[in-house]
Amino acid sequence: MFFTYLRRELAGRRRQTTIVAIGMALAIALVMIVNAVSTGVKNAQASVLESVYGIGTDLTVSQDPAPPGEGELGPGPGRFEFGADEGTSNGDSTEISQSRLTAGFGSTTFDASALDTVTDVDGVAAASAALALTNTTFSGELPPFVQGGAGPGEGQPPADVEQPPTGGFDGAGGSAFDVDSFTVLGIDPAGAAVGPLSAVELSDGRGLEASDDGTAVAVLDASYATSAELAVGDTIDVGGTPFEVVGTVTSTSADAATAANVYIPLGLAQELSGLEGQVSDISVQATSADVIDQVESDLEAALPDATVSTQSDLAASVSGSLATASSLISNLGLWLSVAVLAAAFLIAILFTIQGVTRRTREFGTLKAIGWSNRRITGQVAGESLVQGLIGGAAGLVLGLVGIWIVNLMSPTLGGSAGQTLPDVLAGGPAGPGGAGPGGGGPFGAMVPDAAGTAEVTLNAPITVSVIAIAIGLAVLGGLLAGAIGGWRAARLRPAEALRSVA
Amino acid sequence: MYTLENVSKTYAQSKRTVTALKDVSLTIPSGQLVAIQGPTGGGKSTLLQMLGALDRPSAGRVSLGDAELSHLPDSKLGTIRAEQIGFVFQGFNLIPTLTAQENVETALEPLGVAGDERRRRALEALASVGLADRAGHVPGELSGGQQQRVAIARALVKEPEVLLADEPTGNLDEGTRDEIMDLLEGLWRDRGLTLVIVTHDSAVAKRAERRLHLKNGTVTEKS
Repeated sequence: MFFTYLRRELAGRRRQTTIVAIGMALAIALVMIVNAVSTGVKNAQASVLESVYGIGTDLTVSQDPAPPGEGELGPGPGRFEFGADEGTSNGDSTEISQSRLTAGFGSTTFDASALDTVTDVDGVAAASAALALTNTTFSGELPPFVQGGAGPGEGQPPADVEQPPTGGFDGAGGSAFDVDSFTVLGIDPAGAAVGPLSAVELSDGRGLEASDDGTAVAVLDASYATSAELAVGDTIDVGGTPFEVVGTVTSTSADAATAANVYIPLGLAQELSGLEGQVSDISVQATSADVIDQVESDLEAALPDATVSTQSDLAASVSGSLATASSLISNLGLWLSVAVLAAAFLIAILFTIQGVTRRTREFGTLKAIGWSNRRITGQVAGESLVQGLIGGAAGLVLGLVGIWIVNLMSPTLGGSAGQTLPDVLAGGPAGPGGAGPGGGGPFGAMVPDAAGTAEVTLNAPITVSVIAIAIGLAVLGGLLAGAIGGWRAARLRPAEALRSVA
Repeated sequence: MYTLENVSKTYAQSKRTVTALKDVSLTIPSGQLVAIQGPTGGGKSTLLQMLGALDRPSAGRVSLGDAELSHLPDSKLGTIRAEQIGFVFQGFNLIPTLTAQENVETALEPLGVAGDERRRRALEALASVGLADRAGHVPGELSGGQQQRVAIARALVKEPEVLLADEPTGNLDEGTRDEIMDLLEGLWRDRGLTLVIVTHDSAVAKRAERRLHLKNGTVTEKS
């Protein structure tokens, strides 16, 4: 009887059933699409973050840079000084070159003993320290000069003899200089389980190993290696020391760069940069997601001068169109979904109440012949629930089509984590061509290319939770409307219900 | 047997109180055919609702057999209506989306009768009112007289002790009226029902064993 009555009622009220189902379908489809795109954006953010912090990093410990004091220069390679006998002369000109390995612009280092402090905190499963550096090479060509004698380089030429300047890069006494830089990350060669190198794939050669500690070997970002025309077996000059390239790596995230151009053992990085016993950040993996907040507060207590960031903090640091998409989804998408969902629920409730009002005599008659309130409420709720489920099924199909269209369009989002994490990246990894820290440095503006930027294709995943949301909302909407409608029907007193139409 | 002792019923209507029944005392023996007549607003339908356990009096007692209807909870009144009382309404009150057979089955739903048994009894009830061939039709496909026959089948399918009819022929023409009254009278005789009919129609009232007149909430016997 229940199903016969239900089927006949829904079939007999096709218009109402269709309107309620369409409203529910639109709302559910929108919620599904927003949820799937939101998950896709989060995945994209994680992808960008993984390329920088590595897989499994739950927290990072760094230190905010102190503003330079009055009259002080900020951190940088400092002044390049060349002695009189430096450089290689070929008669017409002198070629000079000098590399410096320094803390990255905007980066602050702190004592490496913090790693032990971090490791001792309860809930920390693994931790590794890194030192973010910038290698800057100043090279140039100068004209020859003569000390203490007549000549173009120094001293007073004879008043009655005109000697045009010679030599230099243009043969007329001119000079030319190049400034080149790349980012270097000193890492613990034995601690790749957590940290920047945990999110890379070996492209060629090998990675850093525990036995590499103290050895002048380097692993290069594959993109940088290509642009710098370097390969496994070649040598790269880092801080004036030749390093053998033993491997190249690429990010596991599609299209994303790795955290730095060059990776070298931490000990050598500290030694060459004159930052012995210093690190710039520590990657921390918690024992479980549940303890992250506790670990964060414990770390802040243990290292009061440090900045402790969780993945959610880091996600907030992702900028670019990815951030715009995230903001759009979390603001407009969320509220639009809530508004449409509320409207759909309201429509379902109003139609159910209207239906109960219209069927007053019907329910009054059923009560008169002995139907209980519970039986009538169940009938009304059942009808609403089925209406909701019809809407849910239609919404599920509509939502899946919408998600399919999003995936078909595959919008590309750009995201950058480096711009707001100078401690880690020293301004962001250089792009192809060896461009240095974004935002400039002691040599003025560097090439403002996509430093630290990853282009990520948005993929809206169809997850079990998306389908569960659709079904759950359909059931919820149906039950809500049914409960309110059923309550109205149950409140009808049979005598009044019959009298109202008598 | 119905027993009413000093039954009064008042309603609050806007800011005034309307008295539908005034101190009514009445006994209706089992198996009697009673007609209640009176002007509109005289309290006929209210009295029928008291007899049908659809409403409680503001004062006094209403009993059906051993059951004191005035003070029973709603759930118990529902059970009494489901088991002992059948209703026939002027407007038929059939559910428009259900077929004649399904409408009749609704009366067996609260009794927990199983599906097959329910269908069998519904078809039998329809056959007893001459509508076996209309079992699959919805009310909109039936004439007024046929709809009232379906309503009578619905009222009788549970084999009640009492049948309460509120203007059962009020929406029917004379010919159909007589058919319906013949049917009700026949069922009353065959089944030993207590039949109470509220009617404006003197031709209908004349067929009753006993006639009551209700005016301004007061009942008088009519010879």
